[in-house]
Order: sequence, then structure tokens, then C-alpha cells
Amino acid sequence: MRADAICTHRVSIITGHYGTGKTEFAVNLALQLAALDHQVMVADLDIVNPYFRSRERKALFQEAGIRLISSSQACSDADVPALPAELLTILENRDITGVLDIGGDPVGARVLARFKDKIITEDYQLIYVLNANRPEVRAPEAAITYLRGIEAITELTCTGIVNNTHLCGETTPAEIRKGARLAEAVSRETGIPVLCHAAEERFIPELSDLSEPVFPITIQMKKPWE
Amino acid sequence: MEKELWKGNEAIAEAAIRAGCDCFFGYPITPQSEVPEYLSLHMPQHGKVFVQAESELAAINMVYGAAGSGMRAMTSSSSPGISLKQEGITYIAAAELPCVIVNCMRGGPGLGTIQPGQGDYFQATRGGGNGDYRTVVLAPSNIQEAVDFVQEAFDIADCYRNPTMVVCDGLIGQMMEPIEWREIPKRDLPPKDWATTGKHGRDHTNIINSLYMDPEECDDHNADLEAKYKLIAEKEVRWDTKDCEDAELVITAYGTPARIALSALEALRAEGIKAGLFRPITLWPYPEKALHDLAGQDHVKAILDVEMSAGGQMIDDVRLAVEGQKPISYLGHAGGVMPTIEEIVESAKKALKEAK
Repeated sequence: MRADAICTHRVSIITGHYGTGKTEFAVNLALQLAALDHQVMVADLDIVNPYFRSRERKALFQEAGIRLISSSQACSDADVPALPAELLTILENRDITGVLDIGGDPVGARVLARFKDKIITEDYQLIYVLNANRPEVRAPEAAITYLRGIEAITELTCTGIVNNTHLCGETTPAEIRKGARLAEAVSRETGIPVLCHAAEERFIPELSDLSEPVFPITIQMKKPWE
Repeated sequence: MEKELWKGNEAIAEAAIRAGCDCFFGYPITPQSEVPEYLSLHMPQHGKVFVQAESELAAINMVYGAAGSGMRAMTSSSSPGISLKQEGITYIAAAELPCVIVNCMRGGPGLGTIQPGQGDYFQATRGGGNGDYRTVVLAPSNIQEAVDFVQEAFDIADCYRNPTMVVCDGLIGQMMEPIEWREIPKRDLPPKDWATTGKHGRDHTNIINSLYMDPEECDDHNADLEAKYKLIAEKEVRWDTKDCEDAELVITAYGTPARIALSALEALRAEGIKAGLFRPITLWPYPEKALHDLAGQDHVKAILDVEMSAGGQMIDDVRLAVEGQKPISYLGHAGGVMPTIEEIVESAKKALKEAK
């Protein structure tokens, strides 16, 4: 599945429980959109996590011609929950394809509330990323509670679910299928469609039985020994 | 058991609950804040106590009080916050009370950085507080070990009536990793008949105290503590080795640098260089004899110590253990910068070349 088939709206907002792999998904989405000649801007609005944020991939973005906006450009390692005014560029310049990487949980999604009036006037989608191996969202009811919490705090409506189930280096197609079942259950209960299943390229041949498309990703958020 | 994906700090918090932690007292500081955050939600659900104290000093003294009344008590913080707790830790050690302290280390000195560090080695192993005391220090290298060690730490603390620390660098606290909740072997623990829980018709009053006005009495107290530390050093020392059987170059490292070193070993071995890793699991007691004996092997030509610290801190213990048998060199960074696989490979080659 191509990135532009996922990003059918101009601005894609990536949310979810923390640790589900939102940043990995957002980074892959942005890189693939740029490869398809979109003028891409990524906003790292993660004010929750001090490590493993998309701003750490700044050089990679630069190479791909992607402009990165993060909460503290001069001091990217500070845990200051400051929001960049530059974010408005994404919301106001309609030539831009925007990817917003949001911090985990309703608490992380709170940053969006400030921009809500702007966001709702734009062509946007709110994506909810799921990982069935995260204990706090592995049951459909719990996953829906987090989803509704994010909607309530942002006052935005979720339009698509992405199954990003993985187990770091120990991921198998069976894990991804387990996530597909969770995504389907959440979708059935909420009426929100499953947009895709994110999977490393090497697993794709084994996932042809899934009813929704598979989005190929390459692991970018590596650990220092990888 | 099925593996689950956990964030290090959350997993440490959950491990404390599973170990039967009765009370947690803490104060937020990056990069460990998910520990109190998780416990603030989950401890009350288990009928346990969570208090966000007004400061780190208050938190460690609440641990002192709770431990004195026989509760399984824990606090966690990150480097500058652990500095603030030192007075409480020496009091707890002096009063011979069990407790668990988690340090999710960041770069220092002072406020330093919120990125990972290992500059608290001296503080943890030499005692940041005053007087002749020791804390048992466990150093996990991944999240699985972190959850196992936190659970064991409560038993070790109870077994010896001594504070037990689990030190992990910020990366272990912040990263995500698959883990499984496995059964931790339970120790046969002595009853807490010293706890201040009311007299209940006993013939004596239990008193929690670290003050000994009579010099002879204080000397005896110190001798008792020293005997206990000798016993701990004998029984609790732990380490791990990888590919040391024929190693010409031995890397010494703990925590995240040890994990990076494992990848460096693969790269070195692929080039035909015989490299191995010696990884202390207990930083105190230090696996002195094991490292001494390894360094004495004929096949070992050089030792490379790798830490997230500017000039090295554990390297002092490496030198004490090696006793000049082989040359020791150092690679390290502070300020949240981690040594890379390539740097370790280069430094290993250089150390070996200089030794030959």
C-alpha cells in the first residue's frame, strides 16, 4: 500500500497509546510521502516522551527534503512542553502534506486542543495507532477507552485505525495478525475503518490473507546496539 | 508465557507491585517519571499506598518510616533526585531497614541532561551519604533484567535488612522492549520482629535508630554492619560473561554500554579478533575475584572499560580487581552521549595493538 493511499487527507494526525509505535509509523509515512514528491512537513508534538522522538531523525528528514517542526528546535533534548508557532505553517499552507506526530495517550494529545479551531477548517484525518502487545490497550474495550479519551481531549473525531502491532526485534506475522484481530474488534465496535496494517517489508508476503492493505515500513527508530 | 511490550519505567513499577511493594513514595524527575505515574494509578487499585511527596528528601524519609514499620517500601528517582536522598539512605542503612531505591540515571554533574548517563556509579557503590555503610546495587542491562531485579531487590533488602538499589541508565527506563513476567524464586525471609508495629504484650520495645552516643556501642554497631556487608559480598555477587573463554581483549561494561558492547563483539569476532565481555551485574558487591581471575588468564592481553561517564568510574573497581596484571584502557562519553558500536570496535583494536 502506498503512503498517499493512507494519507487521503492533507493533514494526518497520528495518535495512540504511548509505546504503540506512532513515531515509527509517522516517520515512515513522511519519508514515503516525500518519495512520492509530496511537499512534506512533519510536526513532532510529543511533549510526553523525553527519548525516541521523531526529532531524533532530523538528518534523515533533511536528506529527504522534509521540513521538521519540533517543540524546541534549539534544545531538542529539553523536556519543556513548549509548542512551536511554526506548526501553523502546516495548517495554513495548503500546498503542504502534513504529518503530526502526537505524544501518547489523551495527555499527549492535549497539545492539539489549542489548534482545534484551525484543524477543523482543514482537510485532516485523525489516525489511531494500535499495538496489541501493549498491555494497557490489548483488550478492545481498553483500546476504545483510550481512543475516546483522545477524541474527548482534542475535540476531534478519529477517522482511521492503523494496526502497528510489533514486538521490536521479535515481531512475527502471527503478532501482526493478533493486532489485526484487535483492530477489527475496535473497528466493529466504533465504526471507524482499519486503514492498514504496518509491517516490515520482510513480513508482507506472509500477510496476504489480511482483508485490509499492508503498509510496508523500514525500522528507523533504532536503539544504539542495533 | 506470552511476551508483552513494556516501557522500562512502567515495567519497573509493575514489577514492584508484583513483588508486594506496600508503599511507594516519590517525586517526579525525568527520565524516571513514568515509575511514579504508573504507580499513582495502580498502587491504589491494589489497595497499596502511593504518595507523591513534597520533595525527594521527604520521599526517602517516608520510606524510612514505612520500612521501620515493616512495610515493603520503595522510592525511585533520577540522578539529581538520588543525590537529595543520600542522607535518608545512610540513616536507613544505619537503622538496618530494608527498602528498594531505583535510580534511572541521567547525565550529570548537577542538573546535567535528561539523556542517559552512568555517572552515579561512585554515588551508588561508595555511598553518597556519610559513614561506613553499603547498599546492594543491581545493574540491569535490559528491561527483562530490570523487572526481575526489582522483584529480587525486595527480597535481598528484607534478607539483609539493608537498602538495595537498582540502577539503570535512562535508556532502559525510556525504551520499549518485549518482556515476560516470570516466576522469581522466593527467598526464605526472616520475620520482621524488629518492626515498630506496637508492643502487643512483648517484653521489649522495638526502636528504629541510627544514633549511638556511646563510642564503644557505635563501634560495635559498625562491626556488626561490616560483618553483614562481608556476608553480602560473599553471597550476592553476580556477573555475566560472553565469549571470554579465549578472549584476548576483554571489555568491561554494565547497563546499556554492555549491550552496545555485545554488538561490538560480533563485529570484532567477524574480523577474527578474539573479544569478550565481562559484565558486572552487582556493582556492589563488585565481582572482584571473577574479574581478577579472568585478567590472570594467559589468553587475555588487554582490557577495555566502556562507560557512559567522562573519565570512567567503574574503571576504579576494574583496576582494583585486575591489580595491574593487564593494561586497562577506557572509552566513554558523558552528557547523554552513548558510545557507538564503531567506537568500541576501534578502541578494542587500539587497546589490543598497544598491548601486543
